[in-house]
Amino acid sequence: MTADAAILPGPVTASTEVATRRRGGPSRRVRLLGRYLLLSVLAVIVLFPIYITVVNSLLRPAQIASQPPTFFPTHPIFSTYSDAWSSGHLGHYLFNSFVVTIIIVGGQVLTSILAGYAFAFLKFPFKRALFVLFLATLMIPFEVTVVQNLTTVVSLGIYNTYAGLAAPFLAWGLGVFLLRQAFLGIPRDLDDAAALDGYGNWRFLWRVAVPLARPSIAALTVFSFLTAWNQYLWPLLVTKDEHLSTVQIGLRQLRGTSLENVNITFAGVIIAVVPLVVLLVVFQKQLIRGLTAGAVKG
Amino acid sequence: MSRVALEHITKRFDDVVAVDDLTLEAHDEELLVLLGPSGCGKSTALRIIAGLEAPSEGTVRIGDRDVTDAEAKDRDVAMVFQSYALYPHMTVARNVEFPLRARRVPPAERDERVAEAARALDITELLGRKPAQLSGGQRQRVALARAIVRRPQAFLMDEPLSNLDAKLRVQTRAELVDLQRRFQATVVYVTHDQVEAMTMGHRIAILDRGVLQQVDAPQAVYERPANLFVARFIGTPPMNTIEGRLTGGADHLVFEASGVTVALPAGLASATMSASPDRVVLGVRPEDLRLDPAGSLTAKIILIESLGHERHLVVRLDDGQTVIVRQPGDQTPPRDGEAVTLSANPDSLHLFDADTEQRISS
Repeated sequence: MTADAAILPGPVTASTEVATRRRGGPSRRVRLLGRYLLLSVLAVIVLFPIYITVVNSLLRPAQIASQPPTFFPTHPIFSTYSDAWSSGHLGHYLFNSFVVTIIIVGGQVLTSILAGYAFAFLKFPFKRALFVLFLATLMIPFEVTVVQNLTTVVSLGIYNTYAGLAAPFLAWGLGVFLLRQAFLGIPRDLDDAAALDGYGNWRFLWRVAVPLARPSIAALTVFSFLTAWNQYLWPLLVTKDEHLSTVQIGLRQLRGTSLENVNITFAGVIIAVVPLVVLLVVFQKQLIRGLTAGAVKG
Repeated sequence: MSRVALEHITKRFDDVVAVDDLTLEAHDEELLVLLGPSGCGKSTALRIIAGLEAPSEGTVRIGDRDVTDAEAKDRDVAMVFQSYALYPHMTVARNVEFPLRARRVPPAERDERVAEAARALDITELLGRKPAQLSGGQRQRVALARAIVRRPQAFLMDEPLSNLDAKLRVQTRAELVDLQRRFQATVVYVTHDQVEAMTMGHRIAILDRGVLQQVDAPQAVYERPANLFVARFIGTPPMNTIEGRLTGGADHLVFEASGVTVALPAGLASATMSASPDRVVLGVRPEDLRLDPAGSLTAKIILIESLGHERHLVVRLDDGQTVIVRQPGDQTPPRDGEAVTLSANPDSLHLFDADTEQRISS
């Protein structure tokens, strides 16, 4: 550095300044510190309820109600989890939730791929108007249509079945929107090249468009899973037998048994959340890529 | 390989006429270049041949077949796109064999043809890579391999070199010509780059605003442009054009503009007399003008652009018009602002009707 400076004083001085700037002066460090502090506070706000649920699931009911509240269980009771699993029949409810969620996710992904492709690549009359109509369905809360949906499900004869639990959610405006945008990001030349190579719409969709839209499809899968897994109102209305109850209904029944078992309810909540956490961990990369897809020219 | 013919093709997009009554044929084993500025309709014409656009009117023939209503996949043509249009999630090998899979070619033959195409384009070692791992030049080769692996009746190329840097473009240009010869391919090649057109094409078809202006061999287009558009479009720097009128008789016809007088040679004069236009445009290429102390045109140097092997002298004539003179690099350069006299090679003058813009001279 010194030798260089002796030979080339001008450029070296300039590059030293650049290097200092790049490494970051004190103000940059303070800004970075502030940013991390803010993110840490936000993380605490998000994670605290989950932490308290875990803590409460390991306490005796009397300790949960005591003041001041306990934040660090000194004698954790892990048997609450096995109690929740066995006495609350959580295994059965989780299975039901899995079945219904997989039907819904599969249906939503399939219908979103097909409709998204049609809106992105095909030419047909009233395309724009129909797309706006699809989007408009996002603005109608589910509660508004719940009675009509229930009537339809009953008249179709699928009340109190897995099909009845899943039917109203097999297509989703948001999914169609998400995949249409993803497909629009595929260069038109690829479509043209495939047409010349001998591929029609169907084969282009599955061989080219879907593989290229994978991040968006993964994101849709996660969103769809979260929404379907957390449903409460519809499963409550459309089932009458306990053997079809989903995990959210099961948790309510667990809570309803006795106030003395409130720690078991907390344990049940944590068990019900585990599949979602696993899903988010597995898909987190795709989820972020899906959310930011198209934001930057790739 | 087969001929490709467009017969009275018109393409309208709502009120815009992109291609207007275009009749054109690429002969068997010919490299025909469609040349023109942006928006002239050349890419639309190519897409009509490919079957990616349907013509509003007219007929498309490939070989002896009328393919106007045939789908793109049934036309047996391969296309190389400006963007290369490689499938990013597939390896090079999968990209190249993709058209063969669609045609259900048996796996053994597929592998053989992919290997053959890869050898022809020198991409054998790239077969396992994805397009994102390739340079622009390599992607270009893969796109070409995907086209030749099908053994189509004709190749369509839509500005395939425009994404390459200048050095690679020159190299790839030569390779494309070599490839065309080796495969004896019929190629319709679209470009806006006149150097590509001049160096590669057996013939050049020049389009402007959807209308065919001229189709001929590159040298013929350069030497005898059919109209003012072609004259100004072909050549770098472009042809100098000066508007004026003709005076004198058949034995001594003179072109006159304010401050400019040029005697026309006898051959040019006789052709011009029969047309007898009121207003004409005189065209002279920069290399046909020279600094000449005995010259009749007086002018002043306003800018000197040196390219090493030659110089472009921008000079202002007495009437205020500027023209460009090409001077070989080994001649003594003038000074900026110097008053000079110019003479034009009388055998290389071009005359155009100022109203119709069509060529007058023989």
